[in-house]
Amino acid sequence: MEHKAFKDYQDLIPEKILEDVEKSLPEKISESKVKKILELIYEEYKNSLAEPGESVGLVAAESIGEPSTQMTLNTFHFAGVSEMNVTTGLPRIIEVLDGRAEISTKMMHVYLKKPYSEGKEIKKIAESIKETTLKEYIQEVSIDIADSQMTMALDQDKLERIGLKLGAIIKILEKSFAKGYSFKPGKEADNILVIKSTSKEDDLNNIYKLKEKLQDVYINGIKGIKQVLPVKKGDEYIIVTSGSNIKDIFKLEFVNPDKTTTNDIYEIERMLGIEAARQSIINEVDKVIEEQGLNVDMRHIMLISDIMTTSSTMLGVNRYGIVKEKPSVLARASFETPIKHIINASISGETDYLRSVIENVMINQVVPVGTGLPRLMVKTKKKKSED
Amino acid sequence: MVDYVHKKINKILFGFMSPKVIKEMASAKIVTPELYDKEGYPVDGGLMDIRLGVIDPGLKCKTCGGKLKECPGHFGYIELARPIIHIKFVGLIYDLVRSTCRDCGRILIPKQKIDKVNEDLTRVELEGGLTARRDRIKEMIVELKTIYQCPYCKAKQFKISLEKPTTFLEEEKKLSPIEVRMRLEKIPENDLSVFGINATALRPEWTVLTVMPIPSVTMRPSITLESGERSEDDLTHKLGDIVRINQRLFENINAGAPEIIIEDLWDLLQYHITTFFDNEVSQLPPARHRSGQPLKTLTARIKSKEGRIRHNLAGKRTNFSARTVISPDPKLAINEVGIPKVVAMKLTVPERVTTWNIEYLKGFISKGPDVYPGANYVIRPDGKRKRITNETKEQLLEEIQPGFIVERHLMDGDTSIFNRQPSLHRMSMMCHKIKVLPGLTFRLNPAVCEPYNADFDGDEMNLHIPQTEEARAEAEILMHVPTQIISPRYGLSIIGCNKDAQTGMYLLSQKDFKLTREEAIDMLASIAVTEFSRLPDKEIISGREVISTLIPKDFNFLGYSKKYKENKEDPDAIVKIERGVLKSGVLDNANLGEGQGLLLRNIYKQYGPDFCSDFLGKIFKLGNAVLTHTGFTTGIADIDIGPEAKQQILDIIDSTYVEVDELIRQFKENSLETLPGRSMRETLELKILEKLNKARNRSGKIVADTAKKSSELMMMIQSGGAGNLLNLAQMSACVGQQAMRGGRISKGFDKRTLSVFKKDDLGPAARGFIKEGFKDGLKPHELFFMSMTGRDSLMDTALRTPKSGYLYRRLANAMQDLKINNDFTVRDASNKIVQYVYGEDGVDVTKSENGRINVKRIIDKVLSED
Repeated sequence: MEHKAFKDYQDLIPEKILEDVEKSLPEKISESKVKKILELIYEEYKNSLAEPGESVGLVAAESIGEPSTQMTLNTFHFAGVSEMNVTTGLPRIIEVLDGRAEISTKMMHVYLKKPYSEGKEIKKIAESIKETTLKEYIQEVSIDIADSQMTMALDQDKLERIGLKLGAIIKILEKSFAKGYSFKPGKEADNILVIKSTSKEDDLNNIYKLKEKLQDVYINGIKGIKQVLPVKKGDEYIIVTSGSNIKDIFKLEFVNPDKTTTNDIYEIERMLGIEAARQSIINEVDKVIEEQGLNVDMRHIMLISDIMTTSSTMLGVNRYGIVKEKPSVLARASFETPIKHIINASISGETDYLRSVIENVMINQVVPVGTGLPRLMVKTKKKKSED
Repeated sequence: MVDYVHKKINKILFGFMSPKVIKEMASAKIVTPELYDKEGYPVDGGLMDIRLGVIDPGLKCKTCGGKLKECPGHFGYIELARPIIHIKFVGLIYDLVRSTCRDCGRILIPKQKIDKVNEDLTRVELEGGLTARRDRIKEMIVELKTIYQCPYCKAKQFKISLEKPTTFLEEEKKLSPIEVRMRLEKIPENDLSVFGINATALRPEWTVLTVMPIPSVTMRPSITLESGERSEDDLTHKLGDIVRINQRLFENINAGAPEIIIEDLWDLLQYHITTFFDNEVSQLPPARHRSGQPLKTLTARIKSKEGRIRHNLAGKRTNFSARTVISPDPKLAINEVGIPKVVAMKLTVPERVTTWNIEYLKGFISKGPDVYPGANYVIRPDGKRKRITNETKEQLLEEIQPGFIVERHLMDGDTSIFNRQPSLHRMSMMCHKIKVLPGLTFRLNPAVCEPYNADFDGDEMNLHIPQTEEARAEAEILMHVPTQIISPRYGLSIIGCNKDAQTGMYLLSQKDFKLTREEAIDMLASIAVTEFSRLPDKEIISGREVISTLIPKDFNFLGYSKKYKENKEDPDAIVKIERGVLKSGVLDNANLGEGQGLLLRNIYKQYGPDFCSDFLGKIFKLGNAVLTHTGFTTGIADIDIGPEAKQQILDIIDSTYVEVDELIRQFKENSLETLPGRSMRETLELKILEKLNKARNRSGKIVADTAKKSSELMMMIQSGGAGNLLNLAQMSACVGQQAMRGGRISKGFDKRTLSVFKKDDLGPAARGFIKEGFKDGLKPHELFFMSMTGRDSLMDTALRTPKSGYLYRRLANAMQDLKINNDFTVRDASNKIVQYVYGEDGVDVTKSENGRINVKRIIDKVLSED
């Protein structure tokens, strides 16, 4: 920071505002003026602070709830040719705030390290992380009814692209079908695979079943990644994937783990911790709101994200999450499944101290929020005549 | 008179009533299922016993002596002939019976382990609260039920199973509730604590009922039908069953009836008591009325939206409210609401008589309830409410003295709270000042439609009159319309100019808008501005000069209008206000609209809520005045486009059709290059969509370019008052692709959308592209496609509303306790810190400008000081 005055206000004014000031200051300005500006800004900042007692939670809920009525329900949208189908709009918001472990459309943005991100072999890299099963390499399958054996012709080109030979495939297959079948390379050509049952009584039916099973055997790529799409973003190439598995993606040497993201918040929590999950909730909710062309202040989204994550695990905004953690019996009962909560409260002899809003509404008492907070205390003088 | 209760409830304890407590609490023992004797008087010891409270006017409660509405009701009890299992505690009983010894009642955990388990549980409770502890206990019980020998008395344990809903089996042999109760009695207190049971709140054997409380009569009042017949409450019916069967069971036991009969009656009693608590137990047929509809018993009374908690406890009813249709009145101030005289004469404001206002209030009384403004009631200091009628008037006038309260009719300037459902945000309930008007509807300034999300197609709104000084003060300070101008959602003005007013302001702020001095003064006078000294001393006055008279003298502002995006050089695009004079720029909805621009935000910040609201009102009226002055109308001619443009558009669409055909040809020949990660069919769809959208956009642009700029329709569009360019293009040029589920229309008949097309026709027309504009008219199939998407979007709205409503309810429920504390941390009800500083900087969005602090204005202010 250029100006000395900034130092005095460093602890008084949030960094972001100071940065704003610095950017907007004209180049030539006297120190005394800077000081005056900062003085005024500090005053303005203090005047803009939210007052104690302000019911920020409800305001945040309103600020998300109200615009959500204006969102479209359309699950999928077409942002352009080069986009994946992703759940957006209201369903996505509900999904995020529910804290669901399984989300409907997982997606990653895989950023690459320097030489790779220039896009030279982007297609090959993309292809290499896609999960493939044997099905994709099979050219032809024939079953010899007489010998109860099956021959498979594999796609040599495709195999080469992922750098696997027939031998390697056989090894994978042997691993997943430890007993009962033998896998051998065929004699006619390099790409023929012969499969035979080792037990003698095996009938044809089993061979047919095996054929189906074999198709789903995992061969290559990263598990969970169903589709890959190389996209140019700014001046670098990234890979957009459908399906998510950052745990394995991070292990790849060409991936830039600092920037790679996923929309699966649970996975982020598992891999990167609760703070990352918090930020991820903010990002995901903000993304949807932005997409819908709505304007909601960041602070509201932050508060929601914070309350979902303060207990160090992800809690959904539902009766199994945040509401379950409330200390008040009546507050829980007023939300959903009231009988269950009341019965359980009677078993353990819980006490409701009536500290939150809803219980006080129920019993017609002043709510401990906003103007309900200040109390008047009067110290009465003892009357002398009474002594 | 209000009975002031000066006690405050500090806490509520939850627990289970022991048989002893039930008996002690009861004021009567119920022994007969009969209700009334021949004279219709409640039977002693019957279910309507007057010791349980009274519901008949004239009777007095035998317990408290109170009359109807004074007596709160008292519980009774019945002695059950045989113990009955409480349906809601079956799970608990099952857990306990399975995991304690059948002989000695000790928990089936060896002594050396029990401390460890307790330690574990307290740890879990500390970490995750009571709920986590319960989950942990559940896991523990699963382990315990496989232990077959008691570690204490070495007794052999048997497998116990539950035959739902209430029968316990030990090795296929029925375990009677007596047996169950005995086992539960044996469990020592220390072992109970492991299960998370607080023995002072609940001894497990209490859950096997031996006595049952009978709810008071006031809880289950009977209704007298028109025919004079009495109709009893569902609960009374159920209790009648219980008492009857219980008596029969007693008699049979005493008479030494065979075991089977007793057993049967016992089961029947169990059934009745179970359905008394919960009539929706899945394994039992619900108890029904004679008409066949299920009885509404205790559980159904409490739960769900219509239940006691959400319907009566969390939601209250109110008096002093009114509801009627709304209609607009731009002549009202923004913070006013026009109410019909009928409403004003029904709703009242209580005013306390003092020596200073006694004459004033006597005036209301002497007018009576039928002459406006009069008064309806007088409340005497002893709390007696006296209705004012023409007969009682004289007497009341004499009687009245300081300390009385007069409920007078509403008058102009009274405080009210105005609301429109759904009340999604705090601006859905705002404080308006009353203005009594002729007519039968509520009138409001159209500028406040936005926060209420109201229109006038038949919407109704509610009006509440606060009755205490405290309530009025809160309404006026916290809920007054001017204080709500800035939305807490994004920190910008949510009330702004719209529709006519916006268009009027746009016209007035045009460079070449000229008025004669007379006209200008006339216009200002018509919006109640009487200060003309700021008008320049000229004969011809420009529109901007008129606007400038409304702007405060020291106001500086720099903003951008909608044009700015297209043309940054245009002086009209930059709104510049210097020392209260509008120097350049047109005021369109980017500056005056809701949720846009900072002009209103800045005025609010610098001059306060009241000025801003006043300013908005003036601007609004001025805009309307301009339109009335100049005249403003739009017609079909405004969407006409020249033959040249028409031809251009046709050419564009035709050439697009050719391109699309080419794509389809490629697709059919399998030579279409696929996009990565897409099938060929998907690629085709995407490419066609892209082409068609481009065609629509291009024709739209031609319309925008060639349409007469000065047409009224264009005025509305450019000002942002109503409509947009897409609307115009759809009317005059081309409606465009009808999209369903993110793609073209594809469903319908086999391989085609409608039977007028050939099979496998993938062309634009066959898949919902409408090339005509609305003015030219739609072809039959085009109309059909439009109605398809119309229906689709209708369904979308219908399905979305409950979904988003539920999301909102959940959010509100989860976050309603969060508030900022005195140390500026955000905490929840249990004082747990959620944020150290609200929103990372502590700034209130309502006080910010679109979420930020306007640094620039302060810098400019300091720099311009010398």
